[in-house]
This record gives sequence, structure tokens and C-alpha cells, in this order.
Amino acid sequence: MKQREVAITGVGATSPFGLTAADMWDGICQGKCGISAITYFDPVKFPCRIAGQVPPYSMKEYLPKHHRKAGKLMSKDIEIAVIAADDAFRNSGLGTKHIETQPQITPERTSINIGAGLISCEIDEIAPAIAQSITDGKFDMKKWGAEGMNLVTPLWLLKYLPNMLACHIGIIHDIQGPGNNITSGECAGPLSISESVTTIKRDAADVALAGSGEAKVNPIVLLRQIILGRSTTTHNDDPQNACRPFAADADGAAFSEGAGMVVLEELEHAKARGAYIYATVAGIGESTNLSDNIEKLEENAPGLQIAIKKALAEAGIRPEQIDLIIPHGTAVACDDKAEAAAIAAVFGNAVTGIPVLPTKSMLGHTGVAAGAIDIVVAAKAMQAGIIPAAKNCPRVFDGCRLNIVKERIEKEIKYVLCCTYTFGGQCVAIVLRKGGMQ
Amino acid sequence: MSNRVVITGMGLISPMGHNVQTVWEGMLTGKNGFNKTTIFDASTFPTKFCAEVKDFDLNKHISNPEKHKYALRATRFAIAAAAEACRQAGIDIEKQTPGDGIDRSMLGVYMGSGEGPIDHDTFFRSIVESWSVQENKIDWEKWTNATTETMKPMREMEQEPNMPVGHIALLTGARGPARSCLTACAASTQAIGEATLIVREGKADVMIAGGSHSMIHPLGITGFNRLTALSTRNDDIHGASRPFSGSRDGFVIGEGSAILVLESLESAKKRGAKIIAEVIGYGSSSDAFRVTDMHEEARGACAAMRAAMKDAGITTADVDYINAHGTSTKENDSIETIAIKTVFGELAKKVPVSSIKSMLGHLIGSAGAAELITCIMAIKDGIIPPTANYQDPDPELDLDYVPNEPRKANVRIAMSESFGFGGQNDVVIVKKYTE
Repeated sequence: MKQREVAITGVGATSPFGLTAADMWDGICQGKCGISAITYFDPVKFPCRIAGQVPPYSMKEYLPKHHRKAGKLMSKDIEIAVIAADDAFRNSGLGTKHIETQPQITPERTSINIGAGLISCEIDEIAPAIAQSITDGKFDMKKWGAEGMNLVTPLWLLKYLPNMLACHIGIIHDIQGPGNNITSGECAGPLSISESVTTIKRDAADVALAGSGEAKVNPIVLLRQIILGRSTTTHNDDPQNACRPFAADADGAAFSEGAGMVVLEELEHAKARGAYIYATVAGIGESTNLSDNIEKLEENAPGLQIAIKKALAEAGIRPEQIDLIIPHGTAVACDDKAEAAAIAAVFGNAVTGIPVLPTKSMLGHTGVAAGAIDIVVAAKAMQAGIIPAAKNCPRVFDGCRLNIVKERIEKEIKYVLCCTYTFGGQCVAIVLRKGGMQ
Repeated sequence: MSNRVVITGMGLISPMGHNVQTVWEGMLTGKNGFNKTTIFDASTFPTKFCAEVKDFDLNKHISNPEKHKYALRATRFAIAAAAEACRQAGIDIEKQTPGDGIDRSMLGVYMGSGEGPIDHDTFFRSIVESWSVQENKIDWEKWTNATTETMKPMREMEQEPNMPVGHIALLTGARGPARSCLTACAASTQAIGEATLIVREGKADVMIAGGSHSMIHPLGITGFNRLTALSTRNDDIHGASRPFSGSRDGFVIGEGSAILVLESLESAKKRGAKIIAEVIGYGSSSDAFRVTDMHEEARGACAAMRAAMKDAGITTADVDYINAHGTSTKENDSIETIAIKTVFGELAKKVPVSSIKSMLGHLIGSAGAAELITCIMAIKDGIIPPTANYQDPDPELDLDYVPNEPRKANVRIAMSESFGFGGQNDVVIVKKYTE
């Protein structure tokens, strides 16, 4: 039996540039930056007071009538993922139950694998209950158990369970096939794609929605990044230049809200309906970095090297055949250094000739969404035949051999490599092959 | 080309003990893991009891716990369970240069693991200190100051749900595929199912897979109590978890970690590892119904069971034992019974179905893996563990739930079912290993 191949036939994204993948791609092509002063909460004493926020939206547009009430159970992580999923399905031309009266997907043959993060509760929401549980100026657990907790809305927990992204999206679009919720930090999106590819290849589904989303602009979540030393704190008056992956003067990431989704489809299934094929998933490599100091990337990121090699091997190509590398590039100096070393180690002398486009200088670091968003960017770049110019990297750090794209390049992009890693060790590399190529 | 996948190691840290054998013997001799909650002061909560892992000390399980000094509770369980599983499988741990013959880039980890609890001390105190009584809201300046002063970087970091995977990789030197998932109560069944696919595909020779979770903390119990999902039978905590009984009133929350070593048959043979059982089927489905309820006709549960049997190439007549999700909530046990009846038809009443949550409690993310281990022990020892506390029949629930007493039986093929809150359903089927 011929091996089933998997194509990307739809892309969706929510980002600081807008509520669609098209908006995001336009922003990147124009060299815009989505980072600005935080308005979502008052970051008055925060060392970093800038972030990338998704523009205002109305959830009503994205929810079928029968699911409007459940809209109240959505944290922002869930909402922006729902919007990106809607975008991806519409873009694929596969009308789901929510989009068309006659759905074009078979629910049982459609899979959903979504990545999610540690969704933080809204302090504003729970604080009044905690405020009722104080004795002598201190939190009183007995009072909480007896009184305070009763002020917490009964379905409170459901807003913050990470599998609820997949749950809501699955209900909205009526997806009944294999489903998972990946929680591997920044790698969650690419790993969701990996799992979906396996699902389609083994004939457990013909279509799959994969991706991830996270709303990082939350006081607890941002403060965590700050105390972990991952956030820039020197660009509050200069947000456009804040996030500087691989630059000599990089001093941390600026964080953003976002979600990236792709519709994956068995290649023949896609061809049969005349779908636009962005790319096929040619190779996926997964590995682990081992660092005793788990908040930093292991020196030279040997795990990432293994992942890239595995991905290239599965795609059956040589390193120099890659036309574009989208690295993880977070602007955390030691991590960028390790990642650049890993890419250089695998590509050897070819590394200086291959354009590298870090996206976080423009989009900000969308956390769990980051890996999926980069796949969407890769697909859009292949479609347009454009490698946009990178931003905020006039001079790379000493010893960096990566060829950060200086000026926009127009050419046919046959192969893109996307790299993602996360604290804790997991890493994944994906090679996409342009649609229509063998 | 698809590899056969066998199990070569198992490890379990649970409310009933800190290794597989102890827990298994406990289940066959009428023990359970329930206790008054001691992890925090739950004395005024609607539910004042749970199933805690007792007297756990990571020092007793590995030689260099210092390497994992920041790991939170559930991650520590995972490290210990992985150590037990690896020892049984003959996988070297805590070694610079392992000599077990396993290529580290082909050794992976897949955990269905939960998030660590937030740092409650910091969280509550910051809100208390910054609450403005006059304005009835948070003073963000004060909140930021209070939180910045007390928040501990590594404590925050270790809360991430992928941390158990990272620590197990550090323990074993694994550099293969590493993933974590959190499909609520189905998470570790899913992890084992997906890890099986990774080995079948040849993307790893060996996968260390299972679950770890602890939600026994103030906000976890608050969440479940507000959902009215937990039993509130505070006056009968040992009888509180009563799956399939008419008087069941919710689940008893537990904690722990359960881990299995999945390996390609070829790798196991090459290493001369002892094969405990074979994983033959995995099925996954989504309810796509409601956020709060299971589908009335068990649509998703049925689909997952059928998919797993199709994957295994077996029919309902081949299934000797079903280890139920059996949470002891009104809804789950009813819907699960409907699912078994729908899928098994006339055979439904003949196949033994039991829920070990009646003894172990509901380990949430690690429940499925603990239950799969039980299935394997049932195959190995020829005994089906009971549904304890089976008190009073529910007229609608009329399957053979193996009430209260373990039963001798020749179990060749066992099915483990897990249904996650939010509609993710996963089923794994294991079989006695034969050449």
C-alpha cells in the first residue's frame, strides 16, 4: 500500500497583527512590530510593561448558537484558539458544521490535536472570593473552605483546563475523531502537527486540525517570565525594537498573545477536492535536550541537532536543499546562542547561504503558540514565494553564523525548516515541502 | 511496516503504595488508599478526604535526588515510578554512559501529566495584601510588589506540565521523542497509546510512557468541589468511592504516577528484556458534544472502544476483561455502561468489568496508566481485581462489575478505558505476550 502523505490545506492565526493568518503575514511582510504598551491590565510596577496583544474581537461571530452559552467558559487562551481554528477551516475551503449548512468534513474521520499551556486564572475573577477569606490580615483556609469558595463560579475550573481548547473547537466544528491536547510548552504546536500526521498516515482520519494557542498577556504569566530572566526590561519606551533574536544586543523576549492552526489533509483527499496545497509535511524530527539547568537550553542544543537531522532524513533531503529556516529564536541570549550553534553544526558550511527568518522580533514570543505560528508563517512564505526581511537584528552576536535575512527575497521556496524547543528539554524540527512537488 | 510493541517495565507510585506489587496485592486483599486530607487544611471544605500518596521520599527511589531538587510533588512521583519501570526493563538510569544497549536518540518519553499546583502561599498572600477594601478590587501596584518579592523562579518553572517528561529524560538520558499531553482523566491512556504509535512507526525503539498528577491542593479541590464532581461522603471515606453502585455520589480524588516501558519487540528481544505483555490496540475519539456532559448515547466512548478493537484486529468476543473508567460519578458510570452495552451487545453482560478507582481513588492524569498496569497484572496473575464498595445496585447498571471480591480468571486480552472531562476518550488494549 502506498504511504499516505499529509498536506497543509488551511492556515489560521490570531496575533497582534490581527485575527487571521493573512493579517499576520501582511504584518510580517511590512516589517511591522506587534509589541506595544500593555493595556489588558495595569502593569504599573512591572519591569517589562510592553507586550503584543490581539486586537479586539467579538466571540459571537465565532460561536454557533448552540454554543454561545459555553462562550462564558472560555479563558482568553481558548478564545484566540477558537478564532484561529475558524480562520484555518475557512481558509482550507472545508466547510465544517459551523461554517456550512452541509458540512464537508466527516466528523468521525476528522482529528483534532491542539497544544495548550498552563492557563493562568484571572486574578480579578477569584480575588473577591479570596478577599472574603481573611482573618487578622491573613488568608484563612478554613474560611475559604466554608465561605470563600462558594463565591467561585461553579464551572470556574473549566476555563483553565488546557484540554478545553480542543474541547470547544471540537464542539464548534463537530470533530469526533482522535483528539489530543499536547502540553509540551513551545513545542506543543509542532508536536500536535506531528501527532496529526501520524493519525492521518495510519488511516485513523483524513483531515486534522492541529495547532496551539496561548494568551501570555496575564499578570502572573508575564511576571513568571520576568523573574525567570526571559523578558526584556530595557525597551519600555521603545517597544518596536524590544525583541531582538540573535542580535548582539538581545536581552530577552517580549511576549505576545497568539494562536496558530493548520488544517492537515491526506494528500489524495486534498487533490480530489481541488484544494490549494500549501505544503506537504515532509519530515518531522523530535528529540530532547538534557540540561541540568532546565530553564536554559543545553549548550549547542544537541537535542535540536538530532531533531533537525531526523527531520531532514525523513524528508530525504540534504541540508543545503533547505531554502528557509525559521528558528525558535527567542532573544534570550544564551538560548539563541545554543540554537544558532545547533543549526550551524547540522548545516556545516551551507549555513551561511540559507536565509534565516526569526519571527519573534515582529510577533513577539507567543509562548505555546510560537511553534504553530511559525509553521503558518512558513506555509504563507511558500505560497507567496517571499522571504520577508528580518527585523531588529542589524548585527548578530559574535560567533553567530546564521544568515539572518537582511532584505526581502523573492524566489520559489521548495523546503522550509522550522525549529522549536522548550524549557524542560523537548524539541522538534519540521521540514515542509512546497505543495505540488514530489 | 509496523513494529509490534511490548511492555518490558512498570512502575507505580500511588495512594496504596510505592511499587506495582504492593499496590496490586493491596487491591486483592481489600485495601484502599483513602484518608483524611492532610496536604492542606480541608476541614471546612465540602470534601475533607482524598487518596494521598503517603510517606513518599524520593531519596529511597534514586541515588541522586539532588539533580531534581526543584521538582514538584507529581514530578517526584514520576521520577520514582520511572525508576521502578526502568529497573524492571533493564534500562540504565542516572548513568553518564549507559550500558543497556539502547541508543539514547531512540529512547523517548511520553507523559500524560498534569500541571503542578500554583504556589498557593504566594498566590493567596499577594491577593490578600493587595486587596483594596475601599475600592473592592486589586491594587496592582501592591500586587506586583508582593508577588515579585515572594515568587520563586524555579518553583514557577516546575509547575509546567512538561516538567515530568524533562526530569525523566534527565534521569535516563533519553534523547528521543518527548511529548506530554493533558486530556484530563484520559491523559495517561492517551500518552501510552500515542507512545505505542511512535514505537510502531520506528521513531523510537523504547518509550517510557504513563502519567503523573496531583490535584490535591486548595484550588484543585475547590474546582472539583464547585463542579460537585467529588464524593462528599465525609462520614464514610473508605466507602466513598463506589463505582456503579446506586448510591454513588462522586469520585475520590487521588494522586500519583504510573509508568510503563513500551518497546519494539525487536529491541526487547535484542536486549534480552523480559516481556510482560503486548500492546495491541489503541483508539481515540472526541465527543464534540458539550463542555460539561458526556454524550447521552456514549457516542465518543463507543467510537474509542471500536477504534481500539479495530486497531488490535480483535472482536468483542476476544475481550476477557474491561478495566472501566468507573469514576463513581452518576454520569460516567451510567454512560460507560451504555457504551459497553452498545459495543458488546449480547456479550456485554458476560465480560467482567471492574473499576479500581473504588480502591485507588481517581489519579486523574495518571489514572489510565495505573489501570493499564492493573490489566497487565490481571493477565499475568490470572486474577481480576474487584470493584470494591459495591453496595446497592443501580437498576440501569446491570453488567458484571466483579463486586467486592477479586476473581480468578484466564485473562488473555484486557481493555482499559479512560474518558476525559471535556470529551477526549481513549482506550488501550493489552494482550498476554506470545511469540
